[in-house]
Amino acid sequence: MNILVCISKAPDTTSKITFTDGNTKFNEDGVQFIVNPYDEWYALVRGLELKETLGGKVTIISVGGADYEPILRKALAIGADEAVRIDANPTDSNQVAAELANYAKANNFDLVLLGKETINYNGSQVGGMMAAMMDVAYVSNASKLDVAGTTASIEREKQGGTEVLEAQLPCVISAAKGMAEQRIPNMRGIMAARSKPLNVVAASGATALTETVSYTLPDAKGAVKLIDPENVAELVNLLHNEAKVI
Amino acid sequence: MNVLVFADSFNGSAVKAAHEAASYGAKIANGGNTSIVTYGEISESSLNELASYGITNILHANVINDMDPARLAKLVEAAANETGAEVVIFSHDYTGKSVAPMLAARMKAGLVTGVIDYPSTDGSFTVKKAVFSGKAFAEVKFNTEKKVISLLPNSVGKTKVEASANVTVFNPDLGASSVTIKEFKAKGGEGILLTEAELVVSAGRGLKGPENWGMIEELAKELGAGTACSRPVSDIGWRPHHEHVGQTGIAIRPNLYIAVGISGAIQHLAGVNGSKVIVVINTDSDAPFFKAADYGIVGDAFSVVPKLIEAVKEFKAAQA
Repeated sequence: MNILVCISKAPDTTSKITFTDGNTKFNEDGVQFIVNPYDEWYALVRGLELKETLGGKVTIISVGGADYEPILRKALAIGADEAVRIDANPTDSNQVAAELANYAKANNFDLVLLGKETINYNGSQVGGMMAAMMDVAYVSNASKLDVAGTTASIEREKQGGTEVLEAQLPCVISAAKGMAEQRIPNMRGIMAARSKPLNVVAASGATALTETVSYTLPDAKGAVKLIDPENVAELVNLLHNEAKVI
Repeated sequence: MNVLVFADSFNGSAVKAAHEAASYGAKIANGGNTSIVTYGEISESSLNELASYGITNILHANVINDMDPARLAKLVEAAANETGAEVVIFSHDYTGKSVAPMLAARMKAGLVTGVIDYPSTDGSFTVKKAVFSGKAFAEVKFNTEKKVISLLPNSVGKTKVEASANVTVFNPDLGASSVTIKEFKAKGGEGILLTEAELVVSAGRGLKGPENWGMIEELAKELGAGTACSRPVSDIGWRPHHEHVGQTGIAIRPNLYIAVGISGAIQHLAGVNGSKVIVVINTDSDAPFFKAADYGIVGDAFSVVPKLIEAVKEFKAAQA
């Protein structure tokens, strides 16, 4: 089975978020970048598990500049067979999805996996866009995935419960918690990753349809108002009269 | 301008978030037509309630009921063409997250998801969304004539107006479903859907064991709140996974979030920092959650929560 896993890079969860250039650019100074956790822990690891039982190949792919390569090497160290970097500096999801879909269509993948969202833009956009551009089925937020023949069996969380469904390959599936467990790369994997192929391909020239014009930080939270544990009725009073939430 | 709102349905009614999306759509239309497209089994009273937010037309695809995002995207595209919509609104919930990106790709429209406020239409069409797991906001400008927006639930509220809508059965040819639904396992128990709850009571490891959740459920019931939990608690199986809020669980933005015995790790905060008011109850006065809280009680949950339940009961009795 020929599996494509889309990888995004994201600032580590504990990063301090600040902006530069008049609040128009994310300040990358001192920020540690990681593989977006949903792409890594769930999509990539489940892709590797499927390859281990069914045979085939796992290719990872990103749309980005040379700064993406350490992230791709890390994903290779976890066990992907080869990496592709589409050389572009995309500014919105449409541009990313169009580049990825273009590559996926040209290279006949059976299954495209990616995380349900990135932790920096929280958009949940690229998977659905890719599926529409490739004209294949899309299942989002999957917490379980198995493949037999050309049928993918999936469980996904949705409004009010869990849906059990099937889709025919090729398809695009976005991964949520539950699909797999995080794998920590070992020394052998890290060494092997250095010699695995990382192919840089030219972008097809897809364009962005939206642009981020500025960022703002939330207003600083005022100090917490502490309430005497012997007088919890005061909390109810404050929630009703001051915060007006009950 | 003409606006189209997608309303998801569940158990015979439009979901709660769809009401807010309808009200949001009518405000944006600003005198233009606001239409709704919905699907599946949905009662007449639910359709009438949707209409009351200032809706002109409701297009109802009553022959499809499975949530295949590819077909729903085709349905919404057909409805957008039918109504001449320039802007299409979704709720940023499970269904919206699946369908909106497919629709945007089909329509070659710009898409901004997780929007938290009304657009600014002064010169350009710009919307505000939360980014970096709630640690910042971005202003995003559309460069396309057609625009798709998904609205983060509980962001702008809703306003009813005197209105009634024309309801039209709308079943364009959508082709075969690209997925086969085998089974739907409804979440057990009564209670309020966490993603729709305006008030949420949540608890963590400080509760010491699953047998102690009775008081959390009772407090939630008295308040009319949903229940949630921290990641460690769902990982060790004290509570079901669907209650897990935080970075890898679900993100919520209720009006009130009460956290009991949760230290407030940054990954947990990422799922709840959009809450309007946060109350933290913890024995440890150094728990990081207090820094993100509006109100706090440094005390033992086993003594504070029962007192809080009594205080809420007294408050309700006084209000009645």
